Amino acid sequence: MAGLLFTPLAWASLSLLLDFRKGRCVSWLGMVIQVLVSLALWYAVMERGGFSYALGGWEAPLGIALRVDGLAVTFVLLTAAVATACGLHAGFYLDACKPWQRYFWPLFWFLWAGLNGVWLGADLFNLYVSLELISLAAVGLVALGGEAAALRAALRYLFAALLGSLAYLLGVALLYGRFGTLSLALIDEQLASCEPALIVALLLMLAGLALKTALFPLHGWLPPAHGIARSPVSALLSGLVVKASFYIAARLWLELGDRLGSPWLAQSIGALGAAAVVWGSWLAFRQPHLKQVVAYSSVAQIGYLFLLFPLTFAVAEPVSLLAQQGITLQVISHALAKAAMFLAAGNLILSIRSKRVDALAGVSHFLPFSLFSFGLAGVSLMGLPPSGGFAAKWLLLQASLASGQWWWVGVLLLGGVLAAAYVFRIYRASFLEVGDSDDFYHPPQSLEAIPMILALLALGLGLVAEPVLSVLSLPFEVTADVNEAQL
Amino acid sequence: MSSALLYALAGVALCGIGLAGFLLLNHLLRRLLAFNLIGSGVFLVLVGLAQHRGGPDPVPQALVLTGIVVAIAATALAVVLIRRYFHLTGRTSFKAESEGDGGGAGS
Repeated sequence: MAGLLFTPLAWASLSLLLDFRKGRCVSWLGMVIQVLVSLALWYAVMERGGFSYALGGWEAPLGIALRVDGLAVTFVLLTAAVATACGLHAGFYLDACKPWQRYFWPLFWFLWAGLNGVWLGADLFNLYVSLELISLAAVGLVALGGEAAALRAALRYLFAALLGSLAYLLGVALLYGRFGTLSLALIDEQLASCEPALIVALLLMLAGLALKTALFPLHGWLPPAHGIARSPVSALLSGLVVKASFYIAARLWLELGDRLGSPWLAQSIGALGAAAVVWGSWLAFRQPHLKQVVAYSSVAQIGYLFLLFPLTFAVAEPVSLLAQQGITLQVISHALAKAAMFLAAGNLILSIRSKRVDALAGVSHFLPFSLFSFGLAGVSLMGLPPSGGFAAKWLLLQASLASGQWWWVGVLLLGGVLAAAYVFRIYRASFLEVGDSDDFYHPPQSLEAIPMILALLALGLGLVAEPVLSVLSLPFEVTADVNEAQL
Repeated sequence: MSSALLYALAGVALCGIGLAGFLLLNHLLRRLLAFNLIGSGVFLVLVGLAQHRGGPDPVPQALVLTGIVVAIAATALAVVLIRRYFHLTGRTSFKAESEGDGGGAGS
């Protein structure tokens, strides 16, 4: 349990002392440990349901309280899978001769520690610290290249992330001033009526987290940062980092939204999400650079997540559960598919030595494997069966019809069509026969295998959606019982 | 007006000044200072508001201490990035080339 937080921190300090190659060996060992620990935690939750855990035996408010439930453990496992894939890929992809590459491993491990802290954190302030740890590590990873453009993107990212964190912290300060506690569960119990100051606090926190999650129209920082970073870094940022702030926003909304929210707030957040789906997909279709296409596609896919807000507000319990399951599946399938897509795009860029989409002509002969992974990931983003994206959209479709909010159905369908448009644009460019360009670099086999595995996972998620979701929804009640027993 | 409310309002005012600076200024260092101003405002609200339970509350003071450490780390990282950016491009703002790639409050 504590290993999930301390192993990454210990490995971060350890790898700081080593050069890139030694750090790589040490980090691969650490990844094995992390995956095993995550699996052990998964089985523990399967066996006895969710539980609370006081780190080092110190109780809140002085200690760090952790809270494990089905959702948290699923995300811990997802993080272990995606981060391991990105770490393995980075070990081959990054050029070991450049001296600054050795800083990749410490930042990578700090990022992992922050992510686990967010999934498991039980009080609002520790969530803030974990978020900041993620932001600082992520900015460092974006700036790793050291070119002026990378620095510029990293600075924009840093400023956006800092502003978002402070807005969140101001909301936390207001809540603490009112309730005198930081535990989300205790606040939930004490909250009886709706006060203006509390609404302001919730709005501030949601706005800050939306800025960090790059919700339209606050997405300006995301495409440059994700587009310019090295491919394994982009995969980590798009797959996992933006999900962390969304996870906190979703937990806040599900605990406090029913009393502090209002129909217009829920609907307008949903509308912003819908606008992100359409606008992000359209911009993805228009980008001249391959990685910008994938980055704008992230803006669009993040938009779907914010449909959680209208679909769980003032609706019947089963409908709300349906929407939550749909959003969770969307988070998992997008994390897997987008990581696969960025890694495959990295291979294609390595091969054609150019970042432009129109330079892809003819690459289908030379790198069919990577191109196929890119397409498989695209299938999940489009939401075609049997992918995880399809299962997620199917659940969201059912939730929006059952709650009478039929207008979101149009967004789901249009988003799928637009996703198909930008994926097929890449395919069209790579099957063009221009002739004279047969000068392609072949990346090693292992680089091609990793995105393939991730894409297959995203594709197969739709087939195993039922068992995954049962683990998600079952332990929730057990957690509630445990909390009540302790109080 | 109680002293707790006075502290909180002063904190909110600091946040407002900082936010205005953050959005309106172009110079990167000035924006960083504006960010620090917002941070001070938030810390003032955190410590100030929690006083009303008879005497100061130790928990928010510990939180603010942590918050200050986080803010210093973030500021240091930003200063390093800004310095390197200035060395490479000779610019102190995003202004010259930032048009055309989308809006957003953080841009």
